Amino acid sequence: MAEAAATSAHDGETTRRDFIYIAGAAVATVGIAATIWPFIDQMNPAADTRALSTTEVDLSAVPEGQQVKVLWQGKPVFVRHRTAVEIAAAQRDDFASLKDPQSDADRLKQEDGEAGRPEWLVLQASCTHLGCVPTFVEGSQFGGWFCPCHGSDYDTSGRIRRGPAPKNLLVAPYLFTGPTAIRIG
Amino acid sequence: MSGPSTYEPKSGITRWLDRRLPIIRLAHDSFVAYPTPRNLNYWWTFGAMLSFCLIVQIVTGIVLAMHYTPHVTMAFASVQRLERDVPFGWLIQNIHAVGASMFFLAVYIHMFRGLYYGSYKAPRELLWILGCVIYLLMVATGFLGYTLPWGQMSFWGATVITNLLGALPLIGESIKNWLMGGFSVDQPTINRFFSLHYLLPFVIAGVVGLHVWALHEAGQNNPVGVDVKSKADTVPFTPHATIKDLFATTLFVILFAVFVFYMPDALGHADNFIPADPLKTPPEIVPEWYLLPFYAILRAFDFNIGPIDSKLAGVLAMFAAIGVLFVLPWLDTSRVRSMRYRPIARQFFVIFAVVCFALGWCGGQNPGNILLKAGPFSATLTWVEGGQVAERPIQADGAANWQDAANAAEAQARADGASMTAVTRTGAATGILRSVTGGSAQTRTVEGETTDYLETHITEVKEEVGQAAPFYNVERRVPPAFTVTNFSQVLTLYYFLFFLVILPILGLRERPERVPDTIAKPVTGGKAQGAS
Repeated sequence: MAEAAATSAHDGETTRRDFIYIAGAAVATVGIAATIWPFIDQMNPAADTRALSTTEVDLSAVPEGQQVKVLWQGKPVFVRHRTAVEIAAAQRDDFASLKDPQSDADRLKQEDGEAGRPEWLVLQASCTHLGCVPTFVEGSQFGGWFCPCHGSDYDTSGRIRRGPAPKNLLVAPYLFTGPTAIRIG
Repeated sequence: MSGPSTYEPKSGITRWLDRRLPIIRLAHDSFVAYPTPRNLNYWWTFGAMLSFCLIVQIVTGIVLAMHYTPHVTMAFASVQRLERDVPFGWLIQNIHAVGASMFFLAVYIHMFRGLYYGSYKAPRELLWILGCVIYLLMVATGFLGYTLPWGQMSFWGATVITNLLGALPLIGESIKNWLMGGFSVDQPTINRFFSLHYLLPFVIAGVVGLHVWALHEAGQNNPVGVDVKSKADTVPFTPHATIKDLFATTLFVILFAVFVFYMPDALGHADNFIPADPLKTPPEIVPEWYLLPFYAILRAFDFNIGPIDSKLAGVLAMFAAIGVLFVLPWLDTSRVRSMRYRPIARQFFVIFAVVCFALGWCGGQNPGNILLKAGPFSATLTWVEGGQVAERPIQADGAANWQDAANAAEAQARADGASMTAVTRTGAATGILRSVTGGSAQTRTVEGETTDYLETHITEVKEEVGQAAPFYNVERRVPPAFTVTNFSQVLTLYYFLFFLVILPILGLRERPERVPDTIAKPVTGGKAQGAS
């Protein structure tokens, strides 16, 4: 009864009780948000997953003309030790008509912008069309990678030359950590 | 709708219970005395089948979880062990896998039923929307569940779908990593997908409860779409609807059993029997059949729309295709519920149903496949036989002037009497111009049904001519073609036109057929018979 009387007495006016309602609701909202956040954030990549977000590769184990496929952040990456012929072809084709023009030197650049070494090419191994993993040489008319799914053909610099893919194979961010070692990521 | 409860507890125990927890009363009012329209046809039996499917999926799923290991190296083997070693594991696993397909089969028929008879119109908007929520949850559950066997299609399907979210601007990448729990589909992903796959069916069960509640509040629609006017228009749920539902469900279970026992893997993809390999992609990645129409809509967008790139446009269109169902009650302006009395809408509806099937077909095809083309691929080769070949270097003063220099050199060679020229660039500003003077010009045109055949024919000509010609000029011609993608675009257009243009306008313009007197007027002269 007392409450009803109080409401009618202050009809349409701001009361101290209104302030308490608003303050209470605000604190509750913040409290609920703070409680929910850990339950949302727990789904983000965990510390061990993030720790694995870089991959070290020992280049001395890769002879010339060979490549290794390593997993970086769970995705395949090609580390290719190119031959002189492949390097020459890649540099010559800098001026060919390209779908996604980029020079070979640009594609060798390290993460920090330093120039790379022409014999080492580090590429993300997913076709830019629909994400298939291309194979080396087999089927490629440009001596590079060929995607068996829909026939995208990449040259020795991993640039798209023919087929449905819109872009060049992505370069994986990498750094030389020693004369024969790189870190990807 | 149901009116006051007619339940009367007969024994002492039920009277005691009724005072404390009237659960028998609730069941009696909902599934025994509940009045259903007399004229319901067999399209109204799919709700019962869907309840049956949900129970089957939950029961078999709980059993499967007892044997399944959500781990990247063990998941595939644990499913194989279930099929081979666990007593009756083969049966339970098959029921669960086939059950998902049967669930979607029934839900699609249920949804088309609602569309045709206007079951989404007032006062059943919320009933319809709750149904759409259930469908959306089913899609999510189906997708999560398909990932769990960890075969190639599981893995790459999950990769493609999570990558779709990456198409969203700014936040896409973070959301994608949040969902995967890493930077690719991996152990955290399979773990959480298992957890959520176990959770969602119970959420579905909860929303089904709301769905049935809303249904019993508004009352069932019926094939004529005219509201039930009196008790004489209805029959009690038991035995009339229960027996009819039971009969229809029995037929449904027979179909279910045919798949489970005779072709349990017919609805799945063979590639899912290869363990997941992040280093190797299957030649084509396709979802399960029930998601193919949406996959076709996703892939129909191979062009950019202003600032929206093709990938994002496809993702938005795919979600919009389901989203549009939610607002359907307000898009259809017709006051007539049942399409039985909407002759024009009925024709558009039939086209819509065909379009949905065709979209499903497109979703399973390679998007670049050519359905129709105006002619074969062709190419014209020109070369010069005999003649003098001359080479000269081109030197431009800077890369920017390269093209001018090359053009000038070519023009010069032509002016000198060369019949063919070719330029090869060797550096930023250097190149070689080769030209042929004299000799006899030759031309040949080759054709091929596909580009691969055409290239083969071109190579054949080159080999035949061999060393006689220093170089060739090849002009390739692609005929105008109609691909699977083009077909999907036409179908997608109709899908959205149907909801966004045809239904809103048609509702205002169409003249519905007259409701027959047998429905509009009381044939018994106002003296209604009691419900039998």
